[in-house]
Amino acid sequence: MSLAIDIRNLRYRYGGGPWVLDIPELTLERGTRAFLFGPSGSGKTTLLGVLAGVLEANEGEVTVLGEDLGSLSGARRDAFRAEHIGYVFQMFNLIPYLSVLDNITLPVRMHAGRRARLDGAGVKESAALLAGQLHIGDLLKKPVTELSVGQQQRVAACRALIGAPELIVADEPTSSLDFDRREDFLELLFQECERAGATLVFVSHDRTLEGMFSRTISLPDVNTAVH
Amino acid sequence: MLVLDLALKSLRNRAFSTSLTVGSIALSVALLIGVENVRVGMRESFSNTISQTDLIVGTKGGTIQLLLYSVFGMGAPTENVSWEAYRQWAEHPAVAWTIPYSLGDSHRGFRVIGTNDDFYRHYRYRGGQEIALAEGRASENLYDVTLGADVASELNYTMGDEIAVTHGIGEVGFLVHDHMPFTVVGVLAKTFTPVDRAIYVTLEGMEAIHWEGGAPPASDDGHVHDEEAEAASVDNGHVHDEEDEEVADDDGHADDDHAHEVETEVAAADDGHVHSEADLSIEDVEVTQVTSFFVGTTDRRDVLMLQREINDFEDEPMMAVIPGVALNEMWRSLGYAETGLRLVTIFVVMVGLLGMLVSLYTSLDERRREMAILRAVGAGPRRIVALLVLESVCLAAAGALAGLALVYVLLSVGQSIVEAQVGLFIPIRPPGFVELLFMGAVVTAGFLMGFVPALKAYRTALHDGLTVRV
Ligand SMILES: Nc1ncnc2c1ncn2[C@@H]1O[C@H](COP(=O)(O)OP(=O)(O)OP(=O)(O)O)[C@@H](O)[C@H]1O
Ligand SMILES: [Mg+2]
Repeated sequence: MSLAIDIRNLRYRYGGGPWVLDIPELTLERGTRAFLFGPSGSGKTTLLGVLAGVLEANEGEVTVLGEDLGSLSGARRDAFRAEHIGYVFQMFNLIPYLSVLDNITLPVRMHAGRRARLDGAGVKESAALLAGQLHIGDLLKKPVTELSVGQQQRVAACRALIGAPELIVADEPTSSLDFDRREDFLELLFQECERAGATLVFVSHDRTLEGMFSRTISLPDVNTAVH
Repeated sequence: MLVLDLALKSLRNRAFSTSLTVGSIALSVALLIGVENVRVGMRESFSNTISQTDLIVGTKGGTIQLLLYSVFGMGAPTENVSWEAYRQWAEHPAVAWTIPYSLGDSHRGFRVIGTNDDFYRHYRYRGGQEIALAEGRASENLYDVTLGADVASELNYTMGDEIAVTHGIGEVGFLVHDHMPFTVVGVLAKTFTPVDRAIYVTLEGMEAIHWEGGAPPASDDGHVHDEEAEAASVDNGHVHDEEDEEVADDDGHADDDHAHEVETEVAAADDGHVHSEADLSIEDVEVTQVTSFFVGTTDRRDVLMLQREINDFEDEPMMAVIPGVALNEMWRSLGYAETGLRLVTIFVVMVGLLGMLVSLYTSLDERRREMAILRAVGAGPRRIVALLVLESVCLAAAGALAGLALVYVLLSVGQSIVEAQVGLFIPIRPPGFVELLFMGAVVTAGFLMGFVPALKAYRTALHDGLTVRV
């Protein structure tokens, strides 16, 4: 139960294509801040998709937060993701027709289980609190199309963090930021993960960030699928 | 509710394409409902061509034929009804009033109808409106004519004009009796019914037109025959001028028999027939027959009984029809035109909805990122489907409502204009069953069509996972 991620003999491929993932074993303790890297095309995003339950493993067992994803139906996996996982994309994280506030509160409105995790705090209040902590408290009413890239990524982080999910998955969220903002963003992200006791899986090409994490995973080392 | 909120905001975000789509659906729905309204209006105005007449009576034949010649001034019966028979029914205790008609002649393409005071007194149309005179008075003397509104305006006739009337409804009948001229004594107000396209003379005047050569028959056996008329005219000692030829209008159709008849008549006239039309007055003419007559009963409950009695009349072959029933029957026989019109408008609506489908479908590529984000925050593929179907339904519903509103706006602006211009009264009513049916069908079609982009998005959502490839 203390494992956030427990992967055994995972194999995954898109449709009838070649194997993209072949991971005999990969485990991650709860509360870890993991740095996942690998060359482009090595399957990082695919692995995150499997962990988030968006993609279904072809073979093997994937246990996330104690839940065997393979035993869940598609709808249950969607619900599981909504309730327990926060996801941050590399860029274009936000839905353009929603305000900053609406973007942040999306997971909470999507699933009652996630809303329940607000511990009685109001949806708006929780969003405002998080936004304040990430220094974007004054942007809540703005349309997202008027934000800088750095601001957008912080909004995305707020959305991933709202309702304090146990697992935060971030797919190169800093690659579009300059160096100072990158560190800034990471500091804030770490701080919030710590506050919530969340496990973080952070994907990046940028090895210079590696030192800030408690664990480093080289995907090519654990993924035996040949490319 | 989240999905509805997302659908609405997403549509609002694409305001331009949304309003184009809603606009095109609205226009097509407005066309569909508008045509339906016009159709109902036309149908009502058609069934109201005449009103308060309980029976139309003529010689035995087809119901629609009787309606055509007695109400719409089209065609002619093979036989007439004798004056005696007409009077017999006119005096029937169940009969309150009658309007006798004597048809069969035309003037430059307009029907000439012989009738009497009863026409001006009892004729009703469009829910009880009376015949009114725009100018002058009703025909009462032998050579009086009263013109329908269209006749006066199209032929540019005014009060006091002298006009000639040919025998036979065909245009080939161009014989002009300029020594037997009819004088315009009145013009009827516009009714937007076939009344506008007819020329009214007295029953006696109509008899006079039938006299070949323009003189009354010598014999008084009650029937006017060509030979008798000509024979009579020879004795009159009046030299017949050469006939003027009047160029025929081109909108009538020729009746070969009449053409032949007229030619011989012209030949006879050219031979120098003599006759006198001089100072004949209405008392000198005996009316021998009518073509048909309208009947109003004293008690409407007697209508069916009276109809049966007339149909069973043994002295002459006669037939009575109830105008409302006959008009409806006739309208139904024109039903294929309605169906065709309706089909066309339904196709227009389909085109409008297809436009929506195209716009939703092409927007999907730009929205793959959005779908991936929704997936990432926990939306299942079914929510993605629901979102797109809901967008489609919203577009269709907004289009349907806007279309309905457009119809009411157009109706309230155009109703009186249309009524004044073409006499078609299109009633403004709250949306009825048909409108709701149409709108329901449009929304349902929108719902079904929404599945096309939705299922595509569903497949991409399942396949793409969280990678969004451009
Ligand atoms: N939706 C998809 N359908 C088919 N193949 C895919 C799909 N997404 C990714 N792939 C393939 O799977 C492999 C791994 O892709 P993935 O996106 O996981 O790599 P990545 O490590 O995230 O690369 P990057 O660092 O460039 O983001 C690649 O060969 C890619 O072509
Ligand atoms: Mg990737």
